[in-house]
Amino acid sequence: MEIKSMRFKANAEASLANVVLQGNLKNAKGKFVTKRAEAIKEIDDFEGTRDAAAAIRNKVIDNLDLWLERFETRAQETGAKVMWAKDGAEVCRLVTEIARKHGVTKVTKSKSMLSEEAGLNQALEAAGIQPVETDLGEYILQVDNNEPPSHIIAPAVHKSLDEVADLFHKVHGTPRKTEIPALTREAREVLRGHFLTAEMGLSGGNFLVAETGSVALVTNEGNGRMVTTLPRVHVVITGIEKVIPTLEDLSTLMRLLPRSATGQSISNYFSILTGVKKPEEHDGPEHLYFILVDAGRADVVGGEFHEMLRCIRCGACMNHCPVYQTIGGHAYGWVYPGPMGSVLTPLYAGIENAIDLPHAATLCNQCGVVCPVKIPLPELLRKLREKQTDAGLRPLVERIGLRVWAWVAQRPALYGLGARVGARYLKWLAGEDKSIRLLPAAQEWTNGRDFPAPQGKTFRELYAARQKSAKEAA
Amino acid sequence: MANKRVGLFVTCLVDLMRPRIGFAALKLLETAGCEVIVPDTQTCCGQPAWNSGDRAGAEALAKKTIAEFEGFDYIVVPSGSCGDHIRTEYQSMFAGEPDWRDRATAMAARTYELTDFLANVLKVDSVPGDYEGTVTYHDSCSGLRSLGIKAQPRALLAKMKGVQLKEMNGCEECCGFGGTFSVKFGEVSAAIAERKCDFIHASGAPAVVGGDLGCLLNIEGKLRRMGDETTQVLHVAEVLAGRV
Repeated sequence: MEIKSMRFKANAEASLANVVLQGNLKNAKGKFVTKRAEAIKEIDDFEGTRDAAAAIRNKVIDNLDLWLERFETRAQETGAKVMWAKDGAEVCRLVTEIARKHGVTKVTKSKSMLSEEAGLNQALEAAGIQPVETDLGEYILQVDNNEPPSHIIAPAVHKSLDEVADLFHKVHGTPRKTEIPALTREAREVLRGHFLTAEMGLSGGNFLVAETGSVALVTNEGNGRMVTTLPRVHVVITGIEKVIPTLEDLSTLMRLLPRSATGQSISNYFSILTGVKKPEEHDGPEHLYFILVDAGRADVVGGEFHEMLRCIRCGACMNHCPVYQTIGGHAYGWVYPGPMGSVLTPLYAGIENAIDLPHAATLCNQCGVVCPVKIPLPELLRKLREKQTDAGLRPLVERIGLRVWAWVAQRPALYGLGARVGARYLKWLAGEDKSIRLLPAAQEWTNGRDFPAPQGKTFRELYAARQKSAKEAA
Repeated sequence: MANKRVGLFVTCLVDLMRPRIGFAALKLLETAGCEVIVPDTQTCCGQPAWNSGDRAGAEALAKKTIAEFEGFDYIVVPSGSCGDHIRTEYQSMFAGEPDWRDRATAMAARTYELTDFLANVLKVDSVPGDYEGTVTYHDSCSGLRSLGIKAQPRALLAKMKGVQLKEMNGCEECCGFGGTFSVKFGEVSAAIAERKCDFIHASGAPAVVGGDLGCLLNIEGKLRRMGDETTQVLHVAEVLAGRV
């Protein structure tokens, strides 16, 4: 997918000015937050479960090659083929080759963020193979001129019911419907035909279980089952970091994933898929492929950002992020929005391609406290900022400004003078008013709010005067 | 707890914008029987540099602050954000310099956010303020989520006969300030602040109180821009201390 993260600021401002989007964000806001808060109460020791989940993920990331090899061996024993892709382009090439080999003309897809990273739909179309998104949200976006998702688990959360009603009326050529069940039924009728005719199904993977060579899939619409069991070929595309050791570990992580994501105790569908269809079995694919993708992940292993690889893609960080909730996901400019995206995009797509993202956070740590695997997101964002500064990637004015300020702040006399002048200048700007409407040097502040007037003298000078008069009185 | 020597770190924002908050903190500590010293060379804890990715500047200011506040029994800060920076970040900053890391750790162990210090260390029975009216409380992010500042200011306000606390929805949500975030992404920051102001208005309280001046300037600036000239925006120290 094309990286548009360099335009974050402009994108964010456009999102704020988009009245329809703002209304949709307001409607969606808080639903996942409230449901999650209720759902986590069901777990006796939520914090302990988070610790256990983080430990499982750490154990894997610390020896990723070992667990991947174990997964590969087990998966092969079940009749699956395991392939490795170093980047998105290789994913596209491998999927296209598999499709050609099996004479595939249509692929039904269950949700996969990695296929968004790779731009797989475009590649398949270019190869004359029809991709059909079957997750309702993804389907809406695909028929809306391949709009990118704005959320990792609720890809069309930025759209309103009205917008979907108009869209289906236009693309399906049916009378406009306004009830959600009617719209869902209409999508279902369209998709049913695709499910029955596709020769290949393509899914992501929430987890890969090393001890059994299985893929675990968490879905709510049942489309995942159709995609993975009906066609004769099933391809799983997932990042190399998704492997976990055992089914026991899976049960721990599954206590947290649906609760953190949608606030459900368990998703409507939860599948553990192992191997190809055996002779005595009626369902399942004859051919099963795993494409395990690096695309920047291996470089993160063992480095200062390795904790990010614990991420289980629940979306809780963005659901709780004041910035995401205010501007929506598209502003972030790539596949992954919100706090996790502001860490992942620079890591996977290059820090020079996402200058704004690590700064697009107030560091309020709401993301950190809800993350089910305890990723210290604000700390990682701050480290990315440091990397940018060290690489000279921040704007010159900012770098010089910070340097000068820090230099002055180390010199109390000079700093005191500067503060006294500053306090008086701000007081003068405010005049008789209690606030400043326009700060010439900081219009970013005063474009959207006033700047309250200072008292006019600094604490240090008032305190010194008080000490002096106390001494004279004594 | 008489005769404890307390170093007061007023913070750069209080120094520049609201000296009365510094004097309020001073009064609260002295009323509670502390000997308060305000090192006159203090400037900034260095958090803006650290959060902007300028490690060199952040380390220099951290060392300066650590050196200035050694020798006190306690260091008290009328800000959860600066307090958290000193308590949490200084130590991680000096992972590679054991000498400074130890000094940072020692400082962290003696550093408290003001309301935390009053409520949990001094365990004060009363506060000198005489504020009368209904207030709502904004929980600032670093204080709340890193230092666990939640019950302390409320317990102190509850000691004031004239003060009624009316909680707002979303009191724990970020106000959108975020330090330099507020000037890097001013429009996003102001839009987040608007939501906080809506919560404040919905509470019906004629005053909002908080423990971090950065948030309070952001909230007050947004309230005024929204045309609200009357809702008071007060630092908790001002309310607790009364006239200084």
